[in-house]
Amino acid sequence: MTSTRISMGGRIDRSRVINFTFDGKRFAGHPGDTLASALLANGVSLFGRSFKYHRPRGVLSAGVDEPNALVTIVRDAVREPNLPATTVEIYDGLIAESQNRYPSLQFDVGAVNQLASRFLGAGFYYKTFMGPKIWPLKGTRFWMFCEHFIRRAAGLGTAGLEPDRSRYERMNAFCDVLVVGSGPAGLSAAKAAADQGANVIMADIDARFGGSANWSEETIDGAPASEWASAIVQQLATMPNVRLLSRTSVWGYYDSNTLAALERVSDHKTRPSFGEPRHRHWTIRAGHVVLATGAFERPMVFTGNDLPGVMLASAGQRYANEFGVLIGRRVALFTNNDTAYGAALALKRAGATIAAIIDVRKTVSDTARSAAAECYAELITGYAVQTTEGSKQLDGVRIQQFDGQRTTERERLVEADCLLVSGGWSPAIHLASQAGAHPIWNEDLQAFLPPPPTDKWVGAGAFNGTFDTATAIDEGLSAGRTASGNTKPRKTKSSVVEGYKCQPNPAPVFEIKGKGKAFVDFQHDVTADDVRLAHTEGFTSVEHLKRYTTLGMATDQGKTSNVPGMAIMAETIGKPIPEVGSTRFRPPFAPVSVGALAAERFGDLKPERLTPMHDWHIDHGATMYGAGLWYRPMIYGLKGETVEQAYVREARAVRSGVGIVDVSTLGKIAVQGPDAAEFLDRVYTNMFSTLPVNKARYGMMLREDGFVMDDGTTWRLGETEFLMTTTTANAGKVMQHLEYFLDVVWPDLKVHVTSVTDQWAGAAVAGPRSRAVLEACVSGTAVDNAALPFMGIVHGEIAGVKVMICRLSFSGELAYEVYCGANSGTHVWEALIEAGKPHGITPYGLEALGTLRIEKGHVTGAEIDGRTTAHDLHLDWLLSKKKPFIGSAMMNREGLQAEDRLQLVGIIPLDNLPINGGAHIVEELHESHPSDSIGHVTAMCYSPALGKYIALALVKAGKSRRGSRAFVSDPLRKRFGPVEIVSHHFFDPEGSRLHG
Amino acid sequence: MLISCPHCGPRDVSEFTYQGDGNRVRPDHASTDIGAWNAYVYDRVNIAGEHNEIWQHSGGCRMHLSVTRNTLTHKISSSTPVQAARPTQKAARKSRTKA
Ligand SMILES: [Zn+2]
Repeated sequence: MTSTRISMGGRIDRSRVINFTFDGKRFAGHPGDTLASALLANGVSLFGRSFKYHRPRGVLSAGVDEPNALVTIVRDAVREPNLPATTVEIYDGLIAESQNRYPSLQFDVGAVNQLASRFLGAGFYYKTFMGPKIWPLKGTRFWMFCEHFIRRAAGLGTAGLEPDRSRYERMNAFCDVLVVGSGPAGLSAAKAAADQGANVIMADIDARFGGSANWSEETIDGAPASEWASAIVQQLATMPNVRLLSRTSVWGYYDSNTLAALERVSDHKTRPSFGEPRHRHWTIRAGHVVLATGAFERPMVFTGNDLPGVMLASAGQRYANEFGVLIGRRVALFTNNDTAYGAALALKRAGATIAAIIDVRKTVSDTARSAAAECYAELITGYAVQTTEGSKQLDGVRIQQFDGQRTTERERLVEADCLLVSGGWSPAIHLASQAGAHPIWNEDLQAFLPPPPTDKWVGAGAFNGTFDTATAIDEGLSAGRTASGNTKPRKTKSSVVEGYKCQPNPAPVFEIKGKGKAFVDFQHDVTADDVRLAHTEGFTSVEHLKRYTTLGMATDQGKTSNVPGMAIMAETIGKPIPEVGSTRFRPPFAPVSVGALAAERFGDLKPERLTPMHDWHIDHGATMYGAGLWYRPMIYGLKGETVEQAYVREARAVRSGVGIVDVSTLGKIAVQGPDAAEFLDRVYTNMFSTLPVNKARYGMMLREDGFVMDDGTTWRLGETEFLMTTTTANAGKVMQHLEYFLDVVWPDLKVHVTSVTDQWAGAAVAGPRSRAVLEACVSGTAVDNAALPFMGIVHGEIAGVKVMICRLSFSGELAYEVYCGANSGTHVWEALIEAGKPHGITPYGLEALGTLRIEKGHVTGAEIDGRTTAHDLHLDWLLSKKKPFIGSAMMNREGLQAEDRLQLVGIIPLDNLPINGGAHIVEELHESHPSDSIGHVTAMCYSPALGKYIALALVKAGKSRRGSRAFVSDPLRKRFGPVEIVSHHFFDPEGSRLHG
Repeated sequence: MLISCPHCGPRDVSEFTYQGDGNRVRPDHASTDIGAWNAYVYDRVNIAGEHNEIWQHSGGCRMHLSVTRNTLTHKISSSTPVQAARPTQKAARKSRTKA
């Protein structure tokens, strides 16, 4: 192939030069060029090596359907592989590399795969490397030996290791009409809808709007098609109700007319403009969708059809008319339909010699015949290309007489540096298929067409199988009107289109059988013989065949190979194509960058929940950590302290003096109404209707299936008013649980639940000296044992702020929770700190809080893990026998009563070394062969009260194992050692301290 | 997927929480019939077609909706407040108060 730049014509700007490199070599192109057109203009024909056989490959198409010319683009050391050169726009400084070749594109070692190619057919990897070892060089071990070499040899481009620093954005959009595609049909639809006043979005995958108008050579209403198109685009651009999205692939059609699109905002620029993302992901909710996505031309399947120089006929025409590139000097065409003759005319006009037009049909139309004559081409009907000639690029084609089934003798050679092929057209019905439409086989077009719309979409143009431009414009206009809700018949006249007009219907010929490799799927190197072999081996359904041969499963998703593949399969099975069925297209229509899908959904845009005292914690040296969306102090470390030293100091202060911890994150739900007490009786396992006003009670709730859901204290503030607290993590879940039962199950209960988590700030003051601290700062109420007994509630003031104080304890010490309005949180907190100073009050974090609770054997989310029952956690005492409650029937199931269930125990490592949460408990220790686990560690700490490391664990039949020995086994962290299983009540099991 | 909330209008599914199969019949709260409870908690008809579901507009008005969704197409043919969709319970309650 000796492709060159034409001196005139095309939609490129010859006044400006763009410099770029391909495999390190410098090239120049013009604005408007794709990487493919610019390289072709420079005479480059070899673009890459194929996936499996490392065959030389050139350019087959001019758009998103390109299977061969895949390149890697390198930008700021970030490598993006597998981009079709036909969709990459050049910019100054662009660095492109060819793929799958070693050491260079011209001399590729992997090409020896071709010699071994008879062993590399469909299913080669499965057959050679899977399953039993039959002879020495087979099976999984052989695979492990070969893998390194195969991974290097097979495949597409390689991704880099550099992180992607580009910025991505995402947008939500709404419109009355979304028009996908901007060819004559799409443009007409957008204009018609916009004229009706509808809000319109028109998206096109290409940089230029206009679709085929950019290269068709037709005139529409007297003007060249491209000018007709740009005039409409200009009108649309000025309309306030129209949004135009170029370089935007609409890649997914989801339910409720939600469509996903990817806009490549700055890929075509050397640097993004200020504030511009690389890609923008669009979620578009459309009232109606106009599908004007056009059609893909199909290649023919014949021996050597992948040689550089073989190209789709429409692509040759497009390079000439849109990009000003003549793809060959001496061009032959091979076709089964009349549309290719239009390409011949275009190439002739652009300066090529048309060597011959080889048509599989014995007789062709007068249109075709006169077109052939017009470009002085030898018209060879009833012939087919048998094979291509040439090593790295085309020198000519061998043709033979063809009777519709097979070729016969009478061979001759046609010399050509380029072969344009046309095997008919497949409408791009991908989005309709995604929307659930089952395509219908059309015998005339030998293609799948969309069915009549089932959803709120309407098709127009080649998408419908309409290849006549005037009719496509008509369809577009009425689609636009229909989509915008106008059902009245259109009054305007149809456009007058002049140019080469033909019937697009092809002869039903997809493959010319012969010796040697004839490719169906170029990108995955799937040949016609592979399809037949798969059938011989029993893969008879389309879906199985697709997966076994990987046909249509490469990055191009089989845009060129789908129908030829089905046709070959249908012939092999001996059934007509529609009976073989069609595969369902799935998103994405074109590859989507993962960055765009993630966009801002990570990192700094996650909401943060901060307690009212957050700044105080930071100012006082707290190390914060995330608990869900909340941030909580982990430790308030002093200079030089380790985490363990800090929490041990803090926990010790609570046991010996007084500490203070921020508990504002606890879930708080106001439960109010005449039936509030009755409701709580049903929700909690224990009784709340008997709870006196101004008292609190610890409660537990189960799920419907009888497992423990959450625990916490609930305070009775009045006859009909309760304040429920939940664990921090479950606040949302418990709220929904309550709402569900009130709204769906017991709508007759007169109860309101309101989340008041953010309305209250809370501080727990804990330790033997906690009462003294309160006495020093609380006014308006006494806090002595008589006024404020265990689980009592009083109302008073601290530093002029109203507070509510409940005497309850998570640490096992005498302790109080002080609640006030959230906006006074820091004020009250500071007053408590001030009042505590003479007593050495110590702020403590989650680590110390955890230590204190482990010492007491209290459970949290690590133990209430959704798989434990009240019995497992020794909380049976909370299960009321006087009333039914949620889960009360289901918790009594046999399996939940079994004695060998995982039960809560305490663990003491006998070597007094730390154990990690998640470590296993085993009966016998074999470090190299870990034996069966009998349970796992849920929490661990160094206990200052006991002076050693302790842990909580869930262990099979744990209760009966108390006092016995076992081992910790943590092979990943190499922690093994003997442990003693004990009661989970490590410290003050009688609870004497909290009454102190 | 769009769910039309009777209170807030059509909203994206991401604002909603699926709250289970709408065909479940909860046994009487005091029932100890373990078979009935088991059926309520675990037995589901895996319908290919129109399915009654309960959704909560958790990212909006918090209302529970009785939604009819086609599991094959995700098409939602109706969404009503869950209480309105259960007239039998209301009627039962009314007759109780009358008596
Ligand atoms: Zn709502």
